[in-house]
Order: sequence, then structure tokens, then C-alpha cells
Amino acid sequence: MKTIKEINEKIKRGEVVVVTAEEVIDLVEKKGAKRVAQEVDVVTTGTFGPMCSSGAYFNIGHSKPRIKIGGGICTLNDVPAYTGFAAVDIYIGATALPDNDPRNKVYPGEFKYGGAHVIQELTAGNDVRLEASAYGTDCYPRKKLATLLNIKDLNEAVLFNIRNAYQNYNVAVNLSDKPIYTYMGLLKPNLGNANYCSAGQLSPLLKDPKYRSIGIGTKIFLGGGVGYVAWQGTQHNPSVLRKENGVPQAPAGTLAVIGDLKQMKPQWLVGASMLGYGVTLIVGIGVPIPVLDEETIQYAAIRDKDIYAQVIDYSQNYPQCVGSSLGEVNYAQLKTGKITLQGKEIPTGSLSSYSKAREIAEELKAWIKRGEFTLTEPVEKIPGQESGYSFKMLKERPIIEKEV
Amino acid sequence: MVSKRIVLHFPTRLVDQPIVYKLVKEFDLQFNILKAFVTPQEEGLMVVELNGKRENFDKGIEYLQSCGVRIQSLAQDVIRNEDKCTECGVCVPICPTEALVVDPATRKVIFHNKKCIACELCVKICPPRAMEVHF
Ligand code: SF4
Ligand code: SF4
Repeated sequence: MKTIKEINEKIKRGEVVVVTAEEVIDLVEKKGAKRVAQEVDVVTTGTFGPMCSSGAYFNIGHSKPRIKIGGGICTLNDVPAYTGFAAVDIYIGATALPDNDPRNKVYPGEFKYGGAHVIQELTAGNDVRLEASAYGTDCYPRKKLATLLNIKDLNEAVLFNIRNAYQNYNVAVNLSDKPIYTYMGLLKPNLGNANYCSAGQLSPLLKDPKYRSIGIGTKIFLGGGVGYVAWQGTQHNPSVLRKENGVPQAPAGTLAVIGDLKQMKPQWLVGASMLGYGVTLIVGIGVPIPVLDEETIQYAAIRDKDIYAQVIDYSQNYPQCVGSSLGEVNYAQLKTGKITLQGKEIPTGSLSSYSKAREIAEELKAWIKRGEFTLTEPVEKIPGQESGYSFKMLKERPIIEKEV
Repeated sequence: MVSKRIVLHFPTRLVDQPIVYKLVKEFDLQFNILKAFVTPQEEGLMVVELNGKRENFDKGIEYLQSCGVRIQSLAQDVIRNEDKCTECGVCVPICPTEALVVDPATRKVIFHNKKCIACELCVKICPPRAMEVHF
């Protein structure tokens, strides 16, 4: 029906019609999918939730005399960065912690500061402390370096998150009689609360459930700036059970994303401390969906009440990998603030911010309308439901010492 | 006469003890229980208004402390740093007094300062640590 090229021309002429993934729902209700597919060119999605597999790499420039941090040790504000590259390339992961953080020794640990906070501070333009030690070589003689760094002085500062934007997620509960501290937040004993983590009807991969337009190379809103889908994310699992509408009923697809950190904003990359669990980065992502045909609109108009998630016990089922889902609920139910499980009414809490997801979808819509953001053709698809690609558990094998 | 609002924290071992009853009987203090609940850490928490003679009040407090009850005055305040809050809502089911609730239309998390009893349960579980204790 329409092509991405045609939509881009409309963007340039200022004639493009963009709606958010939430607005499209009402539109389809009123006018029907066929008409909406003709009238609307782009649907914008958004999500803003904790995404642990995030991080950033930097090239800090060469010191005088030169130092080879590669293979040495490096910290940013006391948080260790990965150095296994060339001389002055480093990578910091969101969950990295200072060596002297007490972790869970005092249970539940507070995890006040880690890699995610370093990334947020850099994005905010704050100076961070770099301390490095190296073994010294003939061409890189220096062994110690301690300096302040600012993002504007770095050669490259690139956010590269290997797993973001989960397509659906679990609802976490606690069946035990003790509180537990998880990446899904504090779970009170005896089904005291149920925490979920998805923007539901605004979430990128839930509005393109079969990855028809979102693929490698797709240009996106990332951390308040522009980024790209680099690959499918780790643990990408398109083959999970799906409802008739194509929406997975459990955590499924994921995205690896990349973008220039220098143009991102600290309010869309927020360092977070999960009590008793660790540090993580709350990442803002928005993906535009070009309306190429009526089917695009049918998927984009899927609503909270048609997106189901599994309720999982995080006291036994999840950590021990035993048992199965305690039941299924949809996002409309979760958003009422309570769900009923085993005859009990349970208050719900959300880790993903729906109001911020809405802001992201609105912001991306504004960029496109102003002609500042055009759409890209994916260079390659990410593996879909029928691809055979799926997530595997680890098969442990004993390590046997070889006889000499 | 004094009248004060305080928060009493009862460790698990004291939850079943008739401590409050004793206060009324032996120290002639009037109790108005504003809120009472058991926290996720299984600690008993009670927000009370205490009325009585000054000296009885002081003795009552002393007695409570000797039993192992931690006392927190309501003068201390929990406030939300609006710049830090991401409006996620993970604090909502944790707050015992519904001081933190989701607005169904905007999906933003509203903080009703007046309902807050400064129990601090939300402070450490807020991922960006937006809930701050001020003295
Ligand atoms: S947990 Fe913190 S960030 Fe989330 S809504 Fe509550 S106060 Fe805001
Ligand atoms: S301190 Fe936090 S959890 Fe406690 S009453 Fe106030 S808002 Fe609610």
C-alpha cells in the first residue's frame, strides 16, 4: 500500500500523519483498520523501564606518555570498566559495582551507585573520575593514570545495550512467607503484591509482534536521542506461545540497540538501585512503525486487554526453575491496580513507567511531524516465530581434568 | 497535658505483647490509633496519637523504649524529589497508607504528602531513590 520511501517524502513535505500506539487504538475503534491504514502513516511506540543488559563504550584519547589500559584495570567513579580492548577503549556495564560496595552482605543491599549511574552522570555532562593501571610496554610505557573525564572530550561515547525492549514480561509474585528482594522489586510475602514490567499497549515489540517492520537498522528514539536497532537482543525468544492476535504470552523478542551517547539526555537514561538486587539502567526507547498496510494497523491497535502475561512465583519457581505459571492476566487488569489470584485480591506495582512511555511516543511523534526524524528500511529482519530461533537453558557439563 | 503523634515500630517478638494495654493502664495515657499494620519485614508499625500528662507521657515513652519499641516522631518528613521520580509505580503497593497512588488518567504516580506517615518503606525500594527523608 505505502512504502517507507513515500512516508519519508511526506515527512519532508510536512504532510505526514503520525499517531501514538495508544491513539491508534481509539482511531481504529471509530473508523476501522482499513480507513486508518489509509489515513495514518506512522505509529509511534515507547517504553521506559529498567534494562540491565545496557552499557556504553568510550574512547578516551591517548595520554602523554601513552598508556595501554587494554588488559589492565580501569574504574570510572570507582566502578570497574571492562578493558579487554585496545589501548584506550573501555566499556562500562550498567550493573557494574565498585569493588568496595557491600553488595548483599548487609541484606538487603542498597546498591547506591554503579555503572548505570556513571552513564547517567556522563550524559548529564558531569565530570567523572577515571583511574587506570596498566602493565606498561615499550610503546605504551605509562602504568598509572588518574584524570577527570567529561563526555564532550571523549572521542566516542556510544550507548550499546545488548538486550533491551523486552516483548512482554512476567508478573512477579511471592508465594513464600518472607519478603523477597528481586529485580522485579520488593515482593511481599503470601502474594502481598504483584509487580509487572511492560508498557503494554505502548511497548514497541508488542505493537509489531511479528517483527514485520522492526529489524536490524531501524532508527529509533534511544535515551532521548537517536539510535538504531543493531541486532536482535540476547535471549531473543520469538518461539514462545502466542495468542491468536500474534502477541506472545511470555517474554519473547528483544532488541540490541546502539546510539551516540553524546546526544542523549539524563532524564531518559536513569541509574536505578534495586534493593537487595543491584544497579540497573532505566532506558527510554521509542520505535516508529511505518504503516505499510492494513495488517500493520491491526497489530498496532492491539490493546492492553488483549496482551497477556504470566504470573510467576519469584520465591521458588523462578530461582529454582521449577513449576510453571500461576495464571495469566492482561495489562488492562494489571493497570486497575489489583488482580485476583488464588481467590486473593493482590495490589499491583509497575516497574516500567507508562506515563513516561507515553511521553516518549509523543516526543518521537513530534520529531517526525517536525521533519527532524525520518524512517529507515530495516537492512535485515530479526528472527521471527517460524525461524526456529529460541532461547536455551544452560546445559551444565562437569569439568574433567585431562590426564597428562 | 500533651498530645503527640508518633510512630511505633514493634520488632516481631513484641507484636503479640499487650504493651499498649499496659500503657493505658499504668501510665494513664489515652491512645488514638491512627494506623496499624505489619510491614514486609514483619515488623509491627503503629501510628498513634498519645494524650496525657507530660510526666506520664515521658514515662510511657521510656517504658516503650525499654520494651524494645523504636519510636519515631512524625516531625520527620518524607518528600518526593520530583526531578528524580520516573512515575513507575513500584512504590504504590508498598505504601501502607495509600499516600502513593496512580492517577488512572495520566498514569502518573501522585504523592499525597498529608497521608504520608513517614514510615520510610518506599525510600529504599524506589529505584531512582526519589523518596527522600528530611529532618
Ligand atoms: S518508586 Fe520512586 S520513581 Fe517510581 S513512582 Fe514511586 S517515587 Fe516515583
Ligand atoms: S514514607 Fe512512603 S511508604 Fe511510608 S507512608 Fe510515606 S509515602 Fe507511604
